[in-house]
Amino acid sequence: MSLDSPKEPAIELVGIDKKFGTVHANKNINLTVAKGSIHGIIGENGAGKSTLMSILYGFYQADHGEIRISGKPVTIRDSQAAIAAGIGMVHQHFMLVENFTVLENVMLGAEGGQLLAKGVASARKELKRLEDDYGLEVDPDAVIEELPVGSQQRVEILKALYRGAEILILDEPTGVLTPPEADHLFKVLRVLRDQGKTIILITHKLREIMAITDTVSVMRRGEMVATRKTAETTVEELAELMVGRRVLLRVEKGAANPGAVLMSVRNLTVKDSRGVTMVDNVSFDVRAGEIVGIAGVAGNGQSELLEAIAGIRKPSSGEILIGGKPAAGIDPAGLRDLGLAHIPEDRHHMGLVLKFEEYENSILGYHRDPRYGRGPLLDLDAMRKDAEEKIGKYDIRPPNPRLRTANFSGGNQQKIVVAREIERDPKMLIIGQPTRGVDIGAIEFIHKRIIEMRDAGKAVLLVSVELDEIRSLSDRILVMFAGKIVGEKSSEAGEQTLGLMMAGIAA
Amino acid sequence: MSTASVPLPAWINYGLIPVLNLILAFFFSGLVVWAIGESPFEALQLLLIGALGRGEGIGFTLFYTTSFIFTGLSVAVAIHAGLFNIGSEGQAYLGGLGAALVALAMDRYVPWYVTMPFAVIGAALFGAACAAIPAWLQAKRGSHIVITTIMFNFIVSSLMNYMLVRLLIVPGKMAPETRTFLPGGQLPKLDWLIAAFGGKIGAAPLNFSFLIALIMCFLVWVLIWRTKLGYEMRTLGISPTAASYAGIRYSKIVMITMLISGGLAGMMALNPVMGASARLQIEFVGGAGFVGIAVSLMGRNHPAGIILAALLFGILYQGGAELSFDMPGITRDMIVVIQGMVILFAGALEYMLRPSIVRLYQQLTGK
Repeated sequence: MSLDSPKEPAIELVGIDKKFGTVHANKNINLTVAKGSIHGIIGENGAGKSTLMSILYGFYQADHGEIRISGKPVTIRDSQAAIAAGIGMVHQHFMLVENFTVLENVMLGAEGGQLLAKGVASARKELKRLEDDYGLEVDPDAVIEELPVGSQQRVEILKALYRGAEILILDEPTGVLTPPEADHLFKVLRVLRDQGKTIILITHKLREIMAITDTVSVMRRGEMVATRKTAETTVEELAELMVGRRVLLRVEKGAANPGAVLMSVRNLTVKDSRGVTMVDNVSFDVRAGEIVGIAGVAGNGQSELLEAIAGIRKPSSGEILIGGKPAAGIDPAGLRDLGLAHIPEDRHHMGLVLKFEEYENSILGYHRDPRYGRGPLLDLDAMRKDAEEKIGKYDIRPPNPRLRTANFSGGNQQKIVVAREIERDPKMLIIGQPTRGVDIGAIEFIHKRIIEMRDAGKAVLLVSVELDEIRSLSDRILVMFAGKIVGEKSSEAGEQTLGLMMAGIAA
Repeated sequence: MSTASVPLPAWINYGLIPVLNLILAFFFSGLVVWAIGESPFEALQLLLIGALGRGEGIGFTLFYTTSFIFTGLSVAVAIHAGLFNIGSEGQAYLGGLGAALVALAMDRYVPWYVTMPFAVIGAALFGAACAAIPAWLQAKRGSHIVITTIMFNFIVSSLMNYMLVRLLIVPGKMAPETRTFLPGGQLPKLDWLIAAFGGKIGAAPLNFSFLIALIMCFLVWVLIWRTKLGYEMRTLGISPTAASYAGIRYSKIVMITMLISGGLAGMMALNPVMGASARLQIEFVGGAGFVGIAVSLMGRNHPAGIILAALLFGILYQGGAELSFDMPGITRDMIVVIQGMVILFAGALEYMLRPSIVRLYQQLTGK
């Protein structure tokens, strides 16, 4: 450390190394984060970002290496020690008590004594001060579950600040936010930085890195491969560093050639198990040879819409027509017979049985087909041969049909699902979050397969919370907000326009 | 990553860990025996000789093993579909009524090998019937199968009391039991099996139902790992959401699974009712249904493992009985303590040794 460096480092990680069994999650990581800066860490899933941050926050202990905070070596055994060292973390999934108020959540674990009254009064004062200093306005008496997601996130930040955090780690903070909410978050982060806080932002979204960070570090396969000043790098360079080769960020596709209507939804209403209306009187068509994308922030009814079309969830009213036939009430097996394939949003709980061997998953949903065994019996040889063919064609690694599905990476797991659904040559394909938790290389591959399906005259319905994905794949975009379709745009529509529609502001 | 998800070779998973658990169980049982002033080594020796030392002992051991295989399979089939059937005890009890009614109806007219298939079906049907109502309540109403099957154990117990005391009792007799079946309603002893190994079966009640149990092990293996129905059961058992995605109907699979599970439990009755005592007696199941839970857990819900675990419990039952006979300090209750230790270490504490073994394995293999 040189004395004339402009800003002293808030955090230094020296030679951090961590293994989980055979997986070398962090290899000799060195990282210096300057005080009062926003430092981005990007990398594909499984690159080791989360492990590194978990070590910094005390969830794991590093096998080797040293952590220094403001120049002093520290040992962080648990999250209490991390908080004491001035590190606060905002998790991707919020750690809030839903039916407590904002104030109660902020105080939780720092009540100050057996009786609450005194602590509440001082906490209220402190919270007010924090809100004023950093422009984080939230009503301290509002109940968490009644707040929008963006405000809940602000409560998480307040919680960290209340505990005296000087260093804030944010893990994929924009995954659940609308574009306007994300902009608001960035504004807050800039204020925090200008007040001298240090911020580490973990994300896989290159655009966010460019928009908000001062410096950026790239991780790949457990190693820290580069650190750049954000102003001196480009999206293309970062993508290449992440993947280790040149990648096409934009999908190449020709014009659509729509044919007959294959899938129609008419006045569909779907309620969840609590009786809350999740899909509200929705109607649209999908034609052969086109991709219809449904954009929206997670939780606005897209999941329920997909599940209703796939026959998993019963609609409470309305019609679904598959190939012109009424299909509401037909079960998923019957719909597959009609030529409807479904790549579900959640491959871990729906698309795959993780404890099964790979070849067992490659027939899930099609297991009654006579090609996998006559009568009541299964033909394991036929199943394995079939699985091997798909493994070859989709480059699934490792190429071992006897491996437990849980031991494949996210991208390869998704390829198992995609291969299974596409190789049946369906007439219609409905897809939820095709590339969630999938590395860039596999994203490119999966996007190409989806375009090929369109070009082969299939009707494709695509749901994704990644606006970029919707815009680059879809021929038409429907925007969903609060269970309703609030508008239709062509794929040329600007991000701003779509973002406002997703937030329910403009139609 | 927790150590629970680290894959270990099969010989460690299915060989070393159960054996170490068993050694621990015997070690702590030995401490108990030592504490009451008896020699643990002598006790172990008496137990093993009692269970395996002579042809008659082996005959008794395999007789108990037979019952535990049936109930173990019953529990295992349900577990594969994610259902915890605590009702094997009651299902076996009602199965006894099915077997007995067939035997009473046919034993005068036909030889045993004609009666047998009907008795197998009768026992299975009655066992399945006992599981049907809890299954339906779980499938259609969401009533938890653990609760309903436990309650059915009591219902069946009362029903059988009524049947035996009021309806099936031999007029003029005190004992609540049916008349003794004629040879046409009895399953023959497997004296030739013991003789083949140079032993004498003596009074041991090992009978033909042992072979039926082994056949059922094979059929259950085929069902779970080689049929489409088994595939659907396993999918539902591991991931109900994936099952609904795949178009596997929850209520259908729950019903079928529980009927099969109840049927297997019901067949257990063949062994004591038609094999050993040749009549239907009160409380003849004697806890074998509950032992089946431990057997299934220890046997990793696999038929091969279930045979081994059932054999272990057979040895404990028979050897324990001999032990309490030979060692005055060790009562019948002490045997229950030892059996409890085995269940605790081998069944319930499966994950106790695992983390340290995983770490040791990783160090030794240098990974």
